[in-house]
Amino acid sequence: MKRYVYIGIVAFIVIVTYPFWSAGKAKKPEPKLDTPEIQKLVEKKCVEPKEFMKREHMKLLNQWRDAALRDGTRVYVNSEGKEFTVSLQNTCMKCHSNKKKFCDECHNYAGVKPYCWDCHIAPKEEEGQI
Amino acid sequence: MKMNRRDFLKLTGTGTILGLAGLGLFERVTEEAIAAQFSKDAKALNAKRWAMIVDLRKFKTEEDYRRIINACHSVHNVPDFGNPKDEIKWLWTDTYEHSFPGQEHEFMPEWLEKKPIPLLCNHCANPPCVRVCPVKATFKSPDGITQQDYHRCIGCRFCMAACPYGARSFNWRDPRPFIKKTNNEFPTRTKGVVEKCNFCTERLAKGLKPACVEESNGALIFGDLMDPDSEVRQVLRKDFTIRRKAELGTQPSVFYIIGGSENV
Repeated sequence: MKRYVYIGIVAFIVIVTYPFWSAGKAKKPEPKLDTPEIQKLVEKKCVEPKEFMKREHMKLLNQWRDAALRDGTRVYVNSEGKEFTVSLQNTCMKCHSNKKKFCDECHNYAGVKPYCWDCHIAPKEEEGQI
Repeated sequence: MKMNRRDFLKLTGTGTILGLAGLGLFERVTEEAIAAQFSKDAKALNAKRWAMIVDLRKFKTEEDYRRIINACHSVHNVPDFGNPKDEIKWLWTDTYEHSFPGQEHEFMPEWLEKKPIPLLCNHCANPPCVRVCPVKATFKSPDGITQQDYHRCIGCRFCMAACPYGARSFNWRDPRPFIKKTNNEFPTRTKGVVEKCNFCTERLAKGLKPACVEESNGALIFGDLMDPDSEVRQVLRKDFTIRRKAELGTQPSVFYIIGGSENV
């Protein structure tokens, strides 16, 4: 009798974890940084270090939203003392004009659907570019 | 399982300590990204309470109205659906009777009966729309502007019911295909949110006056109501002004100079 219980537990674990091990290894996307604006930069740096931006950009964007809209403070002073205009459309996307390569690829990979672009206007990209 | 009182107390004590430690850890993980510094542009225009005066005497031709409405609607990507049912209004016009109900009478001059009155959000000091918003999407900013956070708006339209001026419009449809020429510097709105005039807060932050004021050739006067030397206060000292439905206690920040025979 106990045997059936163990088989049941194993079956349960297999079924529950099925999506995790069956998906295989999707290729991890590498966000592209070779836009004309970024090439023009002498010092190729985002508002904060790359690692921080990779991990925390969503929190930073929320902070930016609240600072600009709620507090009316539209200048961001970064950890190096450099100043930036707080704007997704006019600051972030001016450099990262390759939204499809830079934003979408990772978001699709991670299965997240941020609603930024329902209102914010994405930079114009050539058709056919993924 | 048998447990005496002493063991029970030990167990619950340890549990509490572990729980608190876990809570501390959770807060550490979810804290703000960085202790960032935000400031204002040195050029930004600041005020305690922004206000506007509409000088009706200076609106002579249709072009005078068209110019300011176009200026506003083009910088803010306001769509034109081409039918009044879906209309989105930031700056619009209506008759005197509709704008100042109770102020009209059967003997008033003909020019005033016909003259369009430019209307916009009154940026009330006591705004009913802010009180009714269930998600705090609409709020009063420190410079007196009644603003809306479209990220938060759930489209319940309580604010539209509360606003006595009809200053708010709902996006029944996706507005994007109906924007004639998109301004890429400013966002659009999306289906299902309410929108309204923002007194050009994004322009004030850069040191620019509102778009309509800039295009009005002096017919719209803009300034700080709390600064006794500001242009609006100087005009308010000099001329007789009225406000829309001030008897409701909303304390509107938009004033109107109706004027007399010079309007003819």
